[in-house]
Amino acid sequence: MTRSALQTHATASVLGIRHLRKEYRAGVPVLKDINLDIGAEGLTAIIGPSGTGKSTLIRCINRLVDPTSGEIWFEGQDIAKVQGSGLRHIRRRIGMVFQEYNLVERLSVMENILSGRLGYIPVWRAFLRKFPDADITRAFELLDAVGLGADFATRRADKLSGGQRQRVGIARAIMQDPGLVLADEPTSSLDPKTSVEIMELMAEMSARRGIPIVVNIHNVELAKRFAHRVIGMTGGMVVYDGPPDGLGAHHLAEIYGGEDWQ
Amino acid sequence: MMETGNDPRVWTRFTPAERIGRSIVYIVSAIAIVWSLQTVEIIPEFLYDAPEQTADLFARMWPFDLKFWPVVWSTLVETFHIATLGTILAILLALPLSFLAARNFTANPILRWIAQFIFVSSRSVNSLIWALLFVAIFGPGALAGVFSIAVRSIGFVGKLFGEALEEAHQGPIEALTATGAPRAAILLKGYWPQAEPAFWSVALLRWDINIRESAVLGLVGAGGIGVALDAALNNLYWDQVGLMLATIFAVVVVTEIVTSFVRSRII
Repeated sequence: MTRSALQTHATASVLGIRHLRKEYRAGVPVLKDINLDIGAEGLTAIIGPSGTGKSTLIRCINRLVDPTSGEIWFEGQDIAKVQGSGLRHIRRRIGMVFQEYNLVERLSVMENILSGRLGYIPVWRAFLRKFPDADITRAFELLDAVGLGADFATRRADKLSGGQRQRVGIARAIMQDPGLVLADEPTSSLDPKTSVEIMELMAEMSARRGIPIVVNIHNVELAKRFAHRVIGMTGGMVVYDGPPDGLGAHHLAEIYGGEDWQ
Repeated sequence: MMETGNDPRVWTRFTPAERIGRSIVYIVSAIAIVWSLQTVEIIPEFLYDAPEQTADLFARMWPFDLKFWPVVWSTLVETFHIATLGTILAILLALPLSFLAARNFTANPILRWIAQFIFVSSRSVNSLIWALLFVAIFGPGALAGVFSIAVRSIGFVGKLFGEALEEAHQGPIEALTATGAPRAAILLKGYWPQAEPAFWSVALLRWDINIRESAVLGLVGAGGIGVALDAALNNLYWDQVGLMLATIFAVVVVTEIVTSFVRSRII
């Protein structure tokens, strides 16, 4: 598909994935011909069993994993093709939230949030911890927005609970000023109540700041409750793509296999 | 396969092949010990009067020659300087190399190989031998001592710090990569905070070792308290030797206490 065709096809599309294929071992595709368009806002949930390629899909989008073939269009560029500083510039515009939070444990909450700006500021500023005032102001604002508050700024990341860490993770992603946020199983290491709070926070961030968020999640209930669109994957293919209400028992049986667990 | 129920199942720690292998190791070790005992050629007469000789030596050391203290003190300070400067120089040289040696940071096997080669060369030669070399280059004195300490320490610091870098968790590194941070920033905010305690621990441990090593460098003319010790030994001034040995012993104990205290606070 040509670029102009893609752009006319989806004017409101932020992310366009075309014929994406990933093989870790030649001939054994984890992702088989994925085609998706992600709209300009809202929370999109990708559900599916473990090992079905959800995490690989999301990591292909910011090239933590290199796709085998296919195109990933974002802000006028094919992410699958860019290299070096071009790749870094695109990554700055895509925030990421992780299952294990992936904070730098021995740094303070403030420095973890400011890490979201590392792609923008010169290294000497990071070295001397001289972050621009605007960034610090914004970091404090985000600290409030994720429900932690200024008291947490100087606390070390390893002193926080799981839910608090994930809030810092979300603040770090938003700190990048992203055009898209990816979240890879952001609630899988959290208890049920905290999971709901984190999903609520991400849905609110997405709505209030107009940032589309793509969430990998295996909790179907959470996906249906917070996403405006659910993508069901199984065996490296998309088998359901639509509103949460349309997701019926037969779809879940197809995605996860069997029906006894439902 | 049928379970018979009353047939007790036997568990053994090693397979028959492992048992045979271990027996061979034991037998070969025993032969090696017997063989080496036969070839050391201990002269019994020297062995018998060893306690006497030792007592005699200590008798000649005591009382210490306290008039000699100013010389001990100034050479001790020089030893301290050699150890400290040598350690700092070693750290400066070893830090970049340790990043080159870390598998998770440097993908290029040739660069890693070069770093490993430098580490092995540095570690395989004793600091006294390095000192002989540097005395030949710079002439006798503290400078040769500083360089021999530094060169000897590069391998130690670089290898251990490189291993600490390899143990860094990949999660935070992945997160910083995803923010679009350049490599230098990832090094600074991803790797360094994780490896920092190990860095200080390695640096202090090496400094501690270097204080001990620089005390003997003077025996080959590379400065420090060893020079004075060498002179006193040659002149058979045992009361001065005794004073210096006691001083070195005290310094080593004190640095040991200080470094282990500081390290326990860092980790």
